[in-house]
Amino acid sequence: MLRRSWRTALILLVLVLAAAACGGDGENEGSGEDLPGADLGGGTENAAASTENGGGGGGAADGEAVNISIIENAVRGGKNAATAAWLLEDVIPAFEQRMADEGQNVTVELVEGGTGDDDYKTRLALDLRVGEGADIMGFDQFWLSEFNAAGYLAPLEEIVGPQVSDWEGWDAIPEAVQGSLVLEDQRYGIPFGTDGRVLFFRKDVFEQAGLPTDWQPESWQDILEAGRTIQQAMPDVVPLQFNAGQSMGEATTLQGFVPILLGTGVELYEGQWQGNTEGLQQALGFFDTVYSEGLGDADLQLRGDARDRTFEMFANGQIGVLAESDYLWRSVIAPEEGLFPVQNRDEVIGYAKIPAMEPGAGIRDEDFVSASGGTGRVMNPNTQHPEIAWEFLKELGSQEAVQAFVEREPRITARTDVNEQALEGQPMLSFVAEEVLPVTWYRPGFQEYPQVSEVIQQTVEDVVADRSAVDAAAQAYEQALIEIVGQENVGGGQ
Amino acid sequence: MTAEPEAAEREATDEESATGGANVLGNKGAAAFVAPAAGLIGLFLVFPALWTLYLALTNMRLTGLAAAEPQFVGLENFLNAVSEGEFLNSLYVTLIFVLGSAVIGQAFLGFTLAWILRDWRGWQRQAFEVLAIVAWIIPASVVAFLWIALLDGDSGTLNTLSPVNVDWLLEYPLLSIIFFNTWRGTAFSMLLFSAALNSMPPSHLETARLAGASFWQQLRDVILPSIRGHILTTLLLISLWTFNLFTPYLITAGGPGSQTETLPIYIYNVALSNGRLGFGAAISAIMLVINLIIAWIYLRVVGKQDA
Repeated sequence: MLRRSWRTALILLVLVLAAAACGGDGENEGSGEDLPGADLGGGTENAAASTENGGGGGGAADGEAVNISIIENAVRGGKNAATAAWLLEDVIPAFEQRMADEGQNVTVELVEGGTGDDDYKTRLALDLRVGEGADIMGFDQFWLSEFNAAGYLAPLEEIVGPQVSDWEGWDAIPEAVQGSLVLEDQRYGIPFGTDGRVLFFRKDVFEQAGLPTDWQPESWQDILEAGRTIQQAMPDVVPLQFNAGQSMGEATTLQGFVPILLGTGVELYEGQWQGNTEGLQQALGFFDTVYSEGLGDADLQLRGDARDRTFEMFANGQIGVLAESDYLWRSVIAPEEGLFPVQNRDEVIGYAKIPAMEPGAGIRDEDFVSASGGTGRVMNPNTQHPEIAWEFLKELGSQEAVQAFVEREPRITARTDVNEQALEGQPMLSFVAEEVLPVTWYRPGFQEYPQVSEVIQQTVEDVVADRSAVDAAAQAYEQALIEIVGQENVGGGQ
Repeated sequence: MTAEPEAAEREATDEESATGGANVLGNKGAAAFVAPAAGLIGLFLVFPALWTLYLALTNMRLTGLAAAEPQFVGLENFLNAVSEGEFLNSLYVTLIFVLGSAVIGQAFLGFTLAWILRDWRGWQRQAFEVLAIVAWIIPASVVAFLWIALLDGDSGTLNTLSPVNVDWLLEYPLLSIIFFNTWRGTAFSMLLFSAALNSMPPSHLETARLAGASFWQQLRDVILPSIRGHILTTLLLISLWTFNLFTPYLITAGGPGSQTETLPIYIYNVALSNGRLGFGAAISAIMLVINLIIAWIYLRVVGKQDA
């Protein structure tokens, strides 16, 4: 009897595992039993490129064919199309030619992607976790601490050798900008560009609503007034969009929440992580006002494709004011290669600095605030060809390559020698460089930051979706903060 | 896959006859025959399950310090899970989803269709079957896209064709994915039920009819008892599949909020999006236990019937 029940139990176990595993093959990637498998699955796909010629060892001998790869969240004709085109048409051919001239047969593969930034980051983490992945990785500066703490990355000098510091390109990149990919005085990659956050607005909407097309709000009140005016005059237009849902990931934190919080004079981290401060309550109160008055579209925040939908609506003139990075201007709604091109962008899209709650209420007692991020490229410590990969990394950061990029998509780059010309005739980007970057704010480089950022997204969504009152949400935020960084690292509570 | 529950059933019955029979192979011979299969199962099924259990006892994360040096945290993940509203919500959503789309939707609708189709012959029946099976064999990602296009609030097909203007995926998210999964899986249970109904000797129904049994009496006293084993097998399979299904993620990503966050989606969100691998593994282990319980209940019922 006992034996029989054991056998039944065994059959049961096998049956259930088989069911779970079959599900996993087809459509059930989230099933728990195949978590370790998911690691492998994520890794092998684009690891192939770096391991195809894996036998080559460190420095390939002359003439021997070498394959290296670069991964970017960019795809031809889709997300960040200019980056994809730049790599495929400018940098990679030039690099392969240069290597061929030096007697080396090098092929570079671009691993394209057009997914959400959080998914892209997960993919990199999974690749690196199993020791795979592309040799060079397009990277957001604020991931560095957590990736490094996990042991996924290594300093360039460790992977390549001391010749890293000999690169003449470092002289063209300001120390502060280099710092975005530096930890403990060690360089991890070459920074590429930075950005700033502003309020974009549709001049056509403003004109119809009777608002000035050279709009520059001085306080939150000015923003809300403009929103109410649009709401009255044009009921079909969503007046304001401050990203506010978990769906938009980091874009909710950095585009939506942070510039508002900074406008109260409070930063996320001031020697300690800031908990339930008055500033936090004021910032959440702003979101509550915007969305409970219907000045923003609360449903939109909850959609799975909220960010793309926002871009599309703004491009179609269905959103009046949108807080975004200059990325919106130069990439998303760019007339030629944009994801949602606006042909007469320069005429119909206006931009303004983000005001503090009241003049002088912002951090450092500023009247206006902003937040900035940075991108660049890091080297995979698992690369089979560190020297070739370093040659390619240098090529990507060279003056010619960066110059070629800004000819495709003008942006504020890490290189001062390129910026001087690139920003000429680019009033929007010059505006960011001259007016916004001086008052901007960078994310704290702690490995816990991304977890805090998730809590922010959750908190803002709870307020916007009317799940929590501002008070309760602010308390829950502090509680979640304590769970992440510990009681001793949280301050500013009431 | 389909063969396995039946194999299990057979084994359960074989066992009873074997207890009295001679042991032809001998223990060593039997072990040698079983070894390759047992080895594969151990490597690809049992080991990952045990690994999941190990992960569940750590605070491992996808990135950060806890990725490099995970700490042993005992049962903390499990305690957090059962005390966290999100997990309980997810469990609740999953149960509604399974009940709505697997038991009521796929099994009930599948049986009804099989019943309606049982007298059909020729091209009508084939055409109908092909249509139903098409829903089942189209790749999940394509189907998800079609359903988003159907239910979209701004420009969805459903809103365009009907006078109402509802953002289905936001206002009725759970109902939407229940309909989606019913649509998708009904073909499978219909096929199984058709086979079961065809295997019934027509004389049974004839006799019942001659005896003056009403439709409901025929259903209750003749049809259901004779295909009871098939019904249970079908229910077991589709309940487990639905319980473990990840496809709704492609439509709603678990949202809005966490209204469609079934357990597999919840695990994906906490383990991969939020990077909490240890916590995700703990939920996975709990899911495994729930799977076992579902299978155990069904097999108990089947076992009773055979005895």
